[in-house]
Amino acid sequence: MKSLALRSWLAAGVRARADYTWSQAAVAVLIAAFLIVFLIVPVITVVYVAFADGAGGVTLSHFGSFFSLSLMRESFWSSIYVGVWSVAIATLIAVPLAYFTVRFEFRGALLIQTLGILPLIMPPFVGAVAMQLIFGRSGAVNLLLDEWFGFKIPFMEGLNGVIFVEALHYFPFILMNLVVALNNIDSSMEESAQNLGASGIRLFRRIVFPLAMPGYVAGAALVFIKVFDDLGTPLVLHQTNLLAPQAYLRITSIGIEDPIGYVASVIMVIASLFALWLSMWTMRGKDYATLQRGYAGLAKRRLSPGQTVLAYGWIALVLAVVLAPHLGILLLSLAKVWSFSVLPDAYTLEHYATVFRDSPRMIGNTMLYCGIAATLDVVIAMAIAYLMLRTRVPGRNALDFTVTIALAIPGVVLGIGYLRTFRGIEIPFTGELLTASWILIALGYTVRRLPYALRSCVAALQQLHVSLEEAAENLGAPKRRTILRVVVPLMAGGMLAGFIISFMTAAVELSMTLMLVSSQNDAPMSYGIYLYLQSAAGRGPGAALGILAVLIVAVGTYLSHRLVGSRANTAGDIQRMA
Amino acid sequence: MRVIQAVLASAAIVLGAAAAQAQQQLTIVTSFPKDLTEVYKRAFEAKTPGIKVEILSRGTSASIAYVREAPAASKPDIFWASAPDAFEVLASENLLQKFDGKNPAVPALIGSYPINDPEGFYYGQALAGYGLMWNTRYLKANRLPAPKEWGDLVKPAYHGHVAISAPSRSGTTHLTIETILQGEGWSKGWQQVLMIGGNTAAITERSFSVPDGVNNGQFGIGLVIDFFGLSAKASGFPVEFVYPSVTAIVPANIGLIANAKNAELGKKFIAFALSEAGQKLLLDPKISRLPVLPATYASAPPGYPNPFSGKIKPKVKFNSDLSRSRYYVVNSLFDQTITFRHRELVAATKAIHDAAARLAGRKNAQAAKLLAEARELAFSPIVSEQKSKDKEFLTLFSQTKRDALKTKQLTGLEEYWSSTARKNYVKAAELANQAAAMVK
Repeated sequence: MKSLALRSWLAAGVRARADYTWSQAAVAVLIAAFLIVFLIVPVITVVYVAFADGAGGVTLSHFGSFFSLSLMRESFWSSIYVGVWSVAIATLIAVPLAYFTVRFEFRGALLIQTLGILPLIMPPFVGAVAMQLIFGRSGAVNLLLDEWFGFKIPFMEGLNGVIFVEALHYFPFILMNLVVALNNIDSSMEESAQNLGASGIRLFRRIVFPLAMPGYVAGAALVFIKVFDDLGTPLVLHQTNLLAPQAYLRITSIGIEDPIGYVASVIMVIASLFALWLSMWTMRGKDYATLQRGYAGLAKRRLSPGQTVLAYGWIALVLAVVLAPHLGILLLSLAKVWSFSVLPDAYTLEHYATVFRDSPRMIGNTMLYCGIAATLDVVIAMAIAYLMLRTRVPGRNALDFTVTIALAIPGVVLGIGYLRTFRGIEIPFTGELLTASWILIALGYTVRRLPYALRSCVAALQQLHVSLEEAAENLGAPKRRTILRVVVPLMAGGMLAGFIISFMTAAVELSMTLMLVSSQNDAPMSYGIYLYLQSAAGRGPGAALGILAVLIVAVGTYLSHRLVGSRANTAGDIQRMA
Repeated sequence: MRVIQAVLASAAIVLGAAAAQAQQQLTIVTSFPKDLTEVYKRAFEAKTPGIKVEILSRGTSASIAYVREAPAASKPDIFWASAPDAFEVLASENLLQKFDGKNPAVPALIGSYPINDPEGFYYGQALAGYGLMWNTRYLKANRLPAPKEWGDLVKPAYHGHVAISAPSRSGTTHLTIETILQGEGWSKGWQQVLMIGGNTAAITERSFSVPDGVNNGQFGIGLVIDFFGLSAKASGFPVEFVYPSVTAIVPANIGLIANAKNAELGKKFIAFALSEAGQKLLLDPKISRLPVLPATYASAPPGYPNPFSGKIKPKVKFNSDLSRSRYYVVNSLFDQTITFRHRELVAATKAIHDAAARLAGRKNAQAAKLLAEARELAFSPIVSEQKSKDKEFLTLFSQTKRDALKTKQLTGLEEYWSSTARKNYVKAAELANQAAAMVK
């Protein structure tokens, strides 16, 4: 599909057919302009600065300087190391879970679904603080281990901590993609293999896993990209020798002119694009399509008593560990003092009072920015989906392709690109700098979350048969009216899913926020949480604000789900997107 | 479409509102935590109705970059941070504005250090000393005695329980290291710093990571600036703080930024921060900083340290010119031989501690000699005191504009330090192990 998009992009200028209306073309141009200004130009600016020699020429010397600094070399390898290990650990958690649910008759489906939604409602850096208190050197688990058995496990030492937090946070991406992939495998494949004598591990290794490979790789690539991009977790865990923190620290402390920060950014983009490309390549290179569809995946089996114990045991363990950061943050937000002890000494509601007194504005800001971003996302995504599936406007697939690319642009990089591209530009009539205003934050969220909304809207429109629109048009409804009265209502579920996922993920985004927030008055909650966590007395209020963020997102999701009701499987859509 | 219109309309309203308020807004760039800025913001807004205080919080070096890069038309008004170096940098780039806003009740000197900038670019707003902070539960669980002096931290018992941040990343840590170097002398000072480094569990990247780790029990003992320890204690954490005898008390400063958008408001805020009302805010348990106005201590809770009472005796006359002249050398040396070689240094220190424990009470001249050699290798600074005073050597580091040759010289030197340190530590561990093997 991607190669098609690229080809149509290239051919767009040549092939000018007149089977589209002017208004459709105008919408396409408008969206293209938005993407060019707020996605393509900033990214190209970053790439350009990394290669510019200052006199208008192109040079590789910044790359040379970058790799001659041992700190940068170390950051580069550490980032790769953390990315790969996070994927490995996430795989270790996700694969058995996916296999259990798909392969066996098993009552854990609801649990697995819960696991899929959990990471979306809390940013990993918030969880990281709680993880220190639970799994750290003197955390609850190690204190108990030390007391009972006389040894400690260095879960959170150095980069281990980052890997542990990220793997726990992002493994659902692999889990969800794998479950979908496994469900699509034709059971006759498995039966044939069994007839030929394969069973157990061999059956899994030779038949099931290769067939599920595309789903797995898509999930794994997403995990890698997310981990590579994450700025908050390493900063909260005090690990700055990674690319994202280095890019952030160089640009914020040395200055917007420092080329090393841009080189770090370019390397991050390349690594993310490579991961994205790899996932597409594995899907394209081999044809795993099965002939028969409609079968409900692999034949389910009953678990033997021993297997039952093992499976539920594993799920209980994973669930306990995954819920640990949530529980830890809840405890921290209620704790008076929690230091070198298994549980807090005493409890209080004071931190919530502090948050409501000092930071109600941040809650409002999050609502405003994410509301704007999610609304724009759904409007744009809906338009692109319609252009792609219902019209022949040239370049429509290029829009899809460009939006997908946004998935691989790290938030830090987009933030740096914005600061550089829009520096010195003032907002008319106010004299305020664009880079110092919150508008860029909202627009940045819009661009970053557009891929999610788009996939959701495309899926919704694909399921809508075109005959419904034709019927409306036959009855005399003009195009505009058809869209507003038929298409939009029928797509409501998908659009709402897009809105929710954009809103949720924007609400917990920190990488770009940290680059773009210039004053506390304009800061959203994610920044506020980070800011609170920078002082001894701020840990409680920071955790309280984190819990409020989780509640807002959770309540919002629940309400919109109720609003649309059974008309659309919103939760399913969200999980598929994730 | 209607949605977009609504969004645009609301955006326009918000922008308009922002424009209307632009004249009455005071902007402060600061490295201080929210606990402190929020208290001052609320107090100042209450005192001068109609004025909004906007806080831009950034790290010290990020704050400098921000002031430097802000366009002339919208410069922030006030710079407020701990490290005096930061103000020197800004003053030298003409980014600060002189004005007479001194509170006459504030003494001219603390110890031998001027509280206000002699040239009038910035004013001391609070005092800060450096010291040791520890988690009482952690020490109790590990059966460790509470430390009193920097020198205590080199003891084998504290191996793996100490934390410090890298001076290159944290201005306050740089002052701590510089204080030790000035108090003990270059060679002896570095020896102590290296031995403490060998006992650390971690060299953190930010100064707050140390008190944070001590608060939640990740580390036993941390080298911190006083308010980190005092505020944590006041917030209820099971921690204690002590000033060692080799300490320096220096001011945390506040200054007016050149071409500030609202200079008059800025002056008002500085006057407020230096007044009795503003100084009293520092006693808030969450802030716990030392006021520069001696009268304020009358309303301090019992046990609050008072640097004017003569109880804290700073032995070191902090020499800020010396500190500035070798700023980059000290930071780079620390990074190359301690931060980036932490693993090897800790291994060597552990081997030396183990060998020393085994040799204790036994007479083995050869083993003792090997151990002494190991100590010499592991804990001697790579740069001699003489070299550290060499003008040419220092300018190599302090030059801001670096051509390709200079950059190469510099990275070559750093690479040399790094590899030499590594070699020394590995060798020292070997020697210590040999010495230990001799008395088996």
